[in-house]
Amino acid sequence: MQTDSREKILRRIREALAVAAPKRHLAGAGQAMSHPPQDWLPPVPNTPAELVALFEKNSDDLKTVVHRCPDRAAAAAALAKISREEGWKSVATHDFDLGRAAVAGLNLPTLRTDLPYTPADLEPCHAGISGCDCLVAQTGGIVVTSASAGGRALSVLPPHHVVIATTSQLVGDLADAFALVRMRYGEVPPFLSFITGPSRTGDIERILVLGAHGPKKLTVLLIAE
Amino acid sequence: MSTIQSRQFHHDAEVLTHDLRHRKLIQKALGGYYVKRDEQKAKFTDWQSARASAAAAKFEAVNHLDKYLIEFTDKLAARGTKVFWAADGAEASAYIAGVARAAKVRKIIKSKTMTGEEIHLAQALEKEGYEVVESDLGEFIVQLREEPPYHIVFPSMHLTRGEISETFEKKLGSQPADTPEELTMIARDVMRKKYCEADMGISGANFAVAETGHISITENEGNARLSTTLPRVLVTIVGIEKVVPKLDDLALLLPMLATSGSGQNMTCYNTLLGGPREQDETDGPVEYHVVLLDNQRTTLLADAEQRDSLHCIRCGACLNVCPIFKNVGGHSYGTTYQGPIGSVITPHLRGLQSWKHLSFASSLCGACSETCPVKIDLHHHLLQNRRNAIAEKFVWWEKTLFAGFAWFMRRPILYRFAAPLLRIGDPILRLIRGQVIDPVRMWTGTRDLPKAPPKSFKEYWRSRHANR
Amino acid sequence: MKISLFIPCFVDQYYPNAGIGMVKILEKLGHQVDYPESQTCCGQPAFNSGYWPEARSVAETMLDAFRNAEVVVGVSGSCGAMLKVFYPEMFHGEPREAEAKALASKTHEFSSFLVNVLGVGDLGAEFPAKATFHDGCHGLRELGIKREPRELLRHVRGLELIEMKEAETCCGFGGTFAVKFPEISTAMGEVKCASIAETGADLVISNDSSCLMQIQGLLDRQGKPVRSMHLAEVLSHSLS
Repeated sequence: MQTDSREKILRRIREALAVAAPKRHLAGAGQAMSHPPQDWLPPVPNTPAELVALFEKNSDDLKTVVHRCPDRAAAAAALAKISREEGWKSVATHDFDLGRAAVAGLNLPTLRTDLPYTPADLEPCHAGISGCDCLVAQTGGIVVTSASAGGRALSVLPPHHVVIATTSQLVGDLADAFALVRMRYGEVPPFLSFITGPSRTGDIERILVLGAHGPKKLTVLLIAE
Repeated sequence: MSTIQSRQFHHDAEVLTHDLRHRKLIQKALGGYYVKRDEQKAKFTDWQSARASAAAAKFEAVNHLDKYLIEFTDKLAARGTKVFWAADGAEASAYIAGVARAAKVRKIIKSKTMTGEEIHLAQALEKEGYEVVESDLGEFIVQLREEPPYHIVFPSMHLTRGEISETFEKKLGSQPADTPEELTMIARDVMRKKYCEADMGISGANFAVAETGHISITENEGNARLSTTLPRVLVTIVGIEKVVPKLDDLALLLPMLATSGSGQNMTCYNTLLGGPREQDETDGPVEYHVVLLDNQRTTLLADAEQRDSLHCIRCGACLNVCPIFKNVGGHSYGTTYQGPIGSVITPHLRGLQSWKHLSFASSLCGACSETCPVKIDLHHHLLQNRRNAIAEKFVWWEKTLFAGFAWFMRRPILYRFAAPLLRIGDPILRLIRGQVIDPVRMWTGTRDLPKAPPKSFKEYWRSRHANR
Repeated sequence: MKISLFIPCFVDQYYPNAGIGMVKILEKLGHQVDYPESQTCCGQPAFNSGYWPEARSVAETMLDAFRNAEVVVGVSGSCGAMLKVFYPEMFHGEPREAEAKALASKTHEFSSFLVNVLGVGDLGAEFPAKATFHDGCHGLRELGIKREPRELLRHVRGLELIEMKEAETCCGFGGTFAVKFPEISTAMGEVKCASIAETGADLVISNDSSCLMQIQGLLDRQGKPVRSMHLAEVLSHSLS
């Protein structure tokens, strides 16, 4: 293929940077710089109970539905209820500890996205059921990677995304989420996504509509574990 | 100082500023944004300190750009990503077309990229015979209407549901729809097929994380997630200035982007991409290319005074507060980047003399600089562009006028005659108000002039002393 | 304190009452005021248009006029910002840079001077009216003035102050912008006037006469009865 302009661009950059930029706008930033940047974000509580409460409040604002489940059996029951209410005909999932029994209990044709599959296989599924790496209280968000959520498409193509997670998976903010991912995988995998609510758009007259391209519904079955 | 671009701008501004329907529509569209943005800002422990930290992170990145770009590309390459450094749009488009050709691509799906818009990438690929579909709802709508995006974040802000329905009926053969929900579902149905059929996806990037070798994409719809996952080949085009040094910088920048950009706590999908499908993955692109674009960003970098313009995270907040933008609308700018940031950088990216009029078309109110989450000194840069433009090439009659102005103002004895002269001229001006011979018709065309008072301040002061 | 008055050129020519108001108030507070008569214009029109050498040439008359001043108080946010913020920038790397910086540091905008330097809030003023306040952009964003005019107006007996929705939105004057881009300037002014009308006020007050020239010019053209007055005029009206 064609040779690129790497050396040309780097040379232009170095020439440009030979002259220092003024730091006027950074004046008075002393106090700001003496704290880690995360200190300036909306505050995050410390106790597990408060983290859950904050996650629930943010989820509510986002129209993410959170079901608090005392145990895995309750989660399985909640999943079955949603399936009945929405008339699911087929679902997609991956093999993960929290979801195994609950999905099997649905007795529906089930696509496994952690085994070879095509987009055409996934497209008709009514729901995608996955795990996650962690839940972020500050934003009401869910962190997924290929390993934790059955690949890159399961959590975005089906019209209803259901996440099965535990309260011990709650972290405070994005920095905590990054730290957790790094610890779990060594380095950050090639795909990672923060999912904060069902898909939405305001492109038409700035009026909020859910389910633009990604899932119209996002449900979290939050097991007390 | 008349160029084709400035004449077009004056013409469009004249039309749009008289369009009260447009004025009301934009005011309504932004009204909700202001409320939510202020709510979100108030939740921050200290928004001003957050701005200072964000500015510092981007300052570090931009002022060590070579170091961080090398780190970024090395990490990407280690994961099997192909990296291409493009000096300009032509190089970038040629490379991407080459990727499509080699991979025997026919259908391309695109998620929102202002960088791609800047180099007219979609048009270049369409010329080569590829079908290129914009998957972002707002971009899709303006693509169907063959219009450029109106706003860097809200491309179809200027359209009513009626106009969008008409467009869908005409171009998609859909049924008339009168709610945003119905219209969105029409687009959703069309797009789902396209995601599954496309061989190649093209995305932009909001950030490029040097430490870990990932690009980061921020969106609400999920179309970028889908465009970057389902097709077998993926290309990301990203401006070289998008680099941030550390992954943890995103912990601050992503919430700030959401707050400033759309008044949200966090945008719906924030996705890190660093490489093609790995051994243990069952989906994702098999082939991944990242195209780094210069296209005069190094020219802006070399202007040390204005280098902080490269801190821009493309949140659009400055557009949303700019009274010029709100009255002339995004299309009047006639270029990819609208609003204050566009007025600052376009002269650097596309030529000072041709585009300086955007820097002059401002009252320098400073609302932009006040709102910018990364503290770019926007309105002062407009002044600097003006100074640079005139220093390079002054306008003869202006030069004469200001030379005369300076000559006069340096002579307080002559200046004393200004007040009586104005009093004499007052009734004459009133007579010829608004007509061709009225020297101040640029004002009196739409506004009354104040009456010259019986005594100027200097005359009052002098008489005060005379009475003492 | 001996206070040197900075009276911008258009205040001198068109709105002398703003300056006279300032004189009355400062003298009532017991200060000695001085007016260096050699001052003419701060140079902003040339500066904003990109003609910095010409602007500097005019600005030098200000440097000369106030060379021996202890403290300089001006009755305009935009010209005050010119001296305080832009003179150091305009003279950066030029021979008289030190003088420009010195002038910048001893210059104050009128309302800021009263509240922050003299510590005054209540001037014993009286002005019955239903009013709203327009924040001139330079005063607001270059000099950080927001609270001070409102603090002073709060004590004015009989004055009802209603905040307009677009108080901080630019009126569209912007100096040479108003005549270079009259269509945009007028549209911005119309938005401001509509916001004033929404408050039901019959008086709009500002600390910047150039803004008032724009606003009143449009109100008059629209045939609206709303009046405009400079802050100093309102505060000094009831003083003898």
